[in-house]
Amino acid sequence: MCLGIPGQIIAITDAARKMAMAEVSGVRREVSVACIAREPLSSLIGEWTLIHVGFAMAVIDAEEAARTLEALRDLGEVQEALDAMAETAAALEQVP
Amino acid sequence: MKYVSEFRDPVAAKSLLAAIARITDALGASAEKPVHIMEICGGHTHAIFRYGLDKLTPPGIEFIHGPGCPVCVLPRARVDEAIQLAERPEVIFTTFGDAMRVLGTGKSLMQARAAGADVRMVYSPLDALELAWRNPAREVIFFGLGFETTTPSTAITVQTAAAEGRTNFSLFCNHITVPEPIKALLDDPHMVLDGFVGPGHVSMVIGTHPYDFVARDYAKPIVVAGFEPLDLLQSVLMVLTQIHEGRAEVENQYARVVPEHGNSVSLAAIADVFERRPSFEWRGLGEIDLSGLRIRAKYRAFDAEEKFGIGYGAGPRAVAEPEGCACGQVMTGRMKPLQCPQFGRGCTPDMPLGALMVSSEGACAAYWQYGGARLSAAAP
Repeated sequence: MCLGIPGQIIAITDAARKMAMAEVSGVRREVSVACIAREPLSSLIGEWTLIHVGFAMAVIDAEEAARTLEALRDLGEVQEALDAMAETAAALEQVP
Repeated sequence: MKYVSEFRDPVAAKSLLAAIARITDALGASAEKPVHIMEICGGHTHAIFRYGLDKLTPPGIEFIHGPGCPVCVLPRARVDEAIQLAERPEVIFTTFGDAMRVLGTGKSLMQARAAGADVRMVYSPLDALELAWRNPAREVIFFGLGFETTTPSTAITVQTAAAEGRTNFSLFCNHITVPEPIKALLDDPHMVLDGFVGPGHVSMVIGTHPYDFVARDYAKPIVVAGFEPLDLLQSVLMVLTQIHEGRAEVENQYARVVPEHGNSVSLAAIADVFERRPSFEWRGLGEIDLSGLRIRAKYRAFDAEEKFGIGYGAGPRAVAEPEGCACGQVMTGRMKPLQCPQFGRGCTPDMPLGALMVSSEGACAAYWQYGGARLSAAAP
């Protein structure tokens, strides 16, 4: 949970709430871009970002993203993040 | 894995290792009289073991694995309080998966869930807020954990909940900060530390200036580092170079991600929502002044401590570690994981007794995963 994972912003989903769709290692997930917001918000589309627990925290270049992903895969952190995203989907749907 | 060939750029790795060996020699450091370098971030600890950097670097360098795993330093009394909240029938208790297996004095959140508590793992605090929206008749509590990397996310989530007028969402805040335990360790007369490898992603949020005191007041070098193996080697070399040249400065090896002044939006959100507690307990380290955050009065409606009467200090504190558990000594570098009498016996990643075995960022779990299990089996 402490290491950010690279994800590419592919769409702005809610400009007022500063939410965007990101693709993280082939998985799509809505994230907040509040911490990296700039005008216009749509200029973030295509950018690589470091995503921490659902928040994009820094814009990074594509090469940095690729190298970070490789290092995180080695550490098992990519799978951990993807598992957490899948777990969340189950938590949201779960009926008590 | 202890093969340089496995590195992304083996040539660069070899050249860094050679430079590290030269400067370690020049410092006259040896296994008997090593240079002590503390890496603070749990991600760095994991990477050091994963790539065998502790074995690739000369015996004259000793890595001390700092208190950089937030799940590992969470006091047992706090886990008990989380479970107390989770067991309330109206509550949906949400948490990062890392915290599920940490034992309180009696049980873990996972065991509480098995016994019927509604505990759910989420990826983001935003998911907890979404759950509150979907379940208006339930109280959704988010277990806020972590250093300055995750603090902005919970701060913004609380701000969002307030803006939306959400009344069934609250935060059980256990956020902690990185600079204060560094100060506490430097003030500890038993600690021998010659320099620090500073955390990368935490610094992306707070910048490099919060570490100025390390160089200015304690005359120790600190280098903010990325967590690729080459980043770590380069940072170790930078620390050693400072020591060799008699300098003590804050340097930024990870400038491609870490801005000098941090992330302004994140810092503003943290300052708006949180204030410092007078002190906060760290498992293995005790109470550390100003090292924990709590929710400001203006967001009181979203503070689970206020809402459910579980204040910090409201219950009995200073719960002792489990019998034979030496997490505190390992965390302060006084003992290696393998020297703990419980390592691999009463304490394994499947059945963790001590907190350092719980998360992959804990020194014991990392040690176990990358060879410690084998060593433990071979030990008498």
